[in-house]
Amino acid sequence: MAVRRTDYILKRILFAVMTVFVAITINFVLFRMMPGDAISNLSRVPHATPALRAELAKEFGLDKPMWQQYLIYLQQLVHLNMGVSWVEQQGQPVWQLLRNRLANTIPMAALGTSVAIVIGIASGVVSAWRRNSAADYVSTNVAIAFYAFPTQWLALMVLIIFAGVLPSYGMHDVFSMQMGRWQSYLDAFKHMLLPSLTFALTLFGEYTLIVRSSMLETLGEDYVLTARAKGLSSWGVVRGHATRNAMLPTTTLIALSLGYIVAGAILIEAVFSWPGIGMLTYSAVIHQDYPVLQGCFLVLTMSVIFFNLLADLLYVKLDPRINE
Amino acid sequence: MNPVSVEPGVVPDLDRPRRRGGLLWDVVRKRKAAAVGAGMILVFLILAVFAPVLAPYGPRTQVGPVYGSPSSSHWLGLDDGGIDMVSLLFYGARVSMIVGAAAGLVATFIGGIIGITAGYAGGRTDGVLMRITDYFLVIPDLVLMIVIASIWGPALSHIILVIGILLWTGTARIIRSQVKSVRERAYVKRARSLGAGHFRIVFRHVLPQIAPLLIANVVLTVAIAIFDETALAFLGLSDPTAISWGSIIEHGFIRQAVTAGAWWAIVPPGICVALLIMGCYLLGQAIEDALNPRLKVAHLSIKTFRLRSLAGKGPEVS
Repeated sequence: MAVRRTDYILKRILFAVMTVFVAITINFVLFRMMPGDAISNLSRVPHATPALRAELAKEFGLDKPMWQQYLIYLQQLVHLNMGVSWVEQQGQPVWQLLRNRLANTIPMAALGTSVAIVIGIASGVVSAWRRNSAADYVSTNVAIAFYAFPTQWLALMVLIIFAGVLPSYGMHDVFSMQMGRWQSYLDAFKHMLLPSLTFALTLFGEYTLIVRSSMLETLGEDYVLTARAKGLSSWGVVRGHATRNAMLPTTTLIALSLGYIVAGAILIEAVFSWPGIGMLTYSAVIHQDYPVLQGCFLVLTMSVIFFNLLADLLYVKLDPRINE
Repeated sequence: MNPVSVEPGVVPDLDRPRRRGGLLWDVVRKRKAAAVGAGMILVFLILAVFAPVLAPYGPRTQVGPVYGSPSSSHWLGLDDGGIDMVSLLFYGARVSMIVGAAAGLVATFIGGIIGITAGYAGGRTDGVLMRITDYFLVIPDLVLMIVIASIWGPALSHIILVIGILLWTGTARIIRSQVKSVRERAYVKRARSLGAGHFRIVFRHVLPQIAPLLIANVVLTVAIAIFDETALAFLGLSDPTAISWGSIIEHGFIRQAVTAGAWWAIVPPGICVALLIMGCYLLGQAIEDALNPRLKVAHLSIKTFRLRSLAGKGPEVS
């Protein structure tokens, strides 16, 4: 038994490592297949002499065979050398940029996701408990609607509705100088509210649907019937028996979706100019800042792979049946 | 009846022969959700096809002031170029639906081929193909789409290809598991023992059985493709001259419609996208439910439709 569990965990870890490797390889290959020759893009000199081109190719190792370039790329990546930005602050190292921006994204996304989880579980449980009622009908359809609205559009709606009430641009008030430390935190928190709210709105619909259907599944189980036959109240059955078991698939599904928040972060941060990794990706796309774009792709993909692995491990922890 | 024939997800062998389109027509006729969904799609289809006739003004002609407010002659106001919003929405439906449909078809085509090959061949081929599918399932589609689209440069054909080549994974998995079960059915084995070749078996015996599932998949994939198109257009990765719902939202954002108080330049395209996606969702989900009643209650049903978060990439479920 125990062996099987370790076996499973090892397999999942190996899979995650392999996926990281695949992502890195995609990252290498994609940018090597770019239209136009790297030197002419790089030098930004329209009529460079052949001698200059050869010199540049040599300097950047572009005269070496592809496999050797790949090895160099891997080696540099291990040392967190991802090149320098072509745009942001004149040649800032990409890794440094990514690290700083990621630190801004995490609290904002975490707040939004937590709110979405709370709303999603509440409305999902209620609509499964009172299925086919008006409450179920309303909450399911609202969930599908919010699921179908484009992320960036929802962000703009939040902007239109709340723009006068809460700060909607950037992370700090540009006009307030000399703030104390706590004032500064409070200011950042206020700026965080709108992007977080958008996150919650884009996510809760899906969570509602997930919770509702896994609740419906558990409500059909024999032990629920038993609990009901024992004379437990309807709410008692839902709370004590059905919800707990429904949380099993729900937890893993939510953990999995956490990784995907990264795609939403790009669109939401672009609208609110929240200086996180999504905003960085957006400006890298707009300015064709390829080293930064490469770095963003890697960081975003890694975080998805990480949350996937986390979900797999959580599943082992939560579901003892995995051994069977 | 033969017990093998009542497997979920596959059209049951009925005593009387039926037309192939019959099941789909039945679904639309008998299920309210499917009828509503099909109706919504049809309305947008009509708007898109007859845009030149139905639109009150041209999609590029200035007919009033910048961000003119809604009035009796311009129900949804004007955009930043003084262009009528209603006309823009009608013309935008064309590009959005063409991109959605084309990308959805590309994705289903790739997913179908991979799914059928893996499910039918089994063994090592299956293992390798599903491993590749698993990797692509984990890598976030939209982020990879953004990277590829920004390398290829902005063009509609690029958008279609980028979305198409990254949305096939879900289809591949579903089709594979269905093909696996169809392959073991008695009549397929019989055909094989009669000496039918692999191609004949796949096209004459397997494909018709999974066709309704493929159609449900196309509908759901089209919805995701339309959703992704708006995201790519928003990042300026779509053809800058093409008018789509996504690019209308982008223009509203970039050209300060919010600051100008021109909500009408942003609100309607988003609602159109949501309505069309809901239409596709209702129809596709109803077809899937009809094919497999078990899905209706199981949480599996959610896994077939993912827009943004796209759960269900976890432990194998089928």
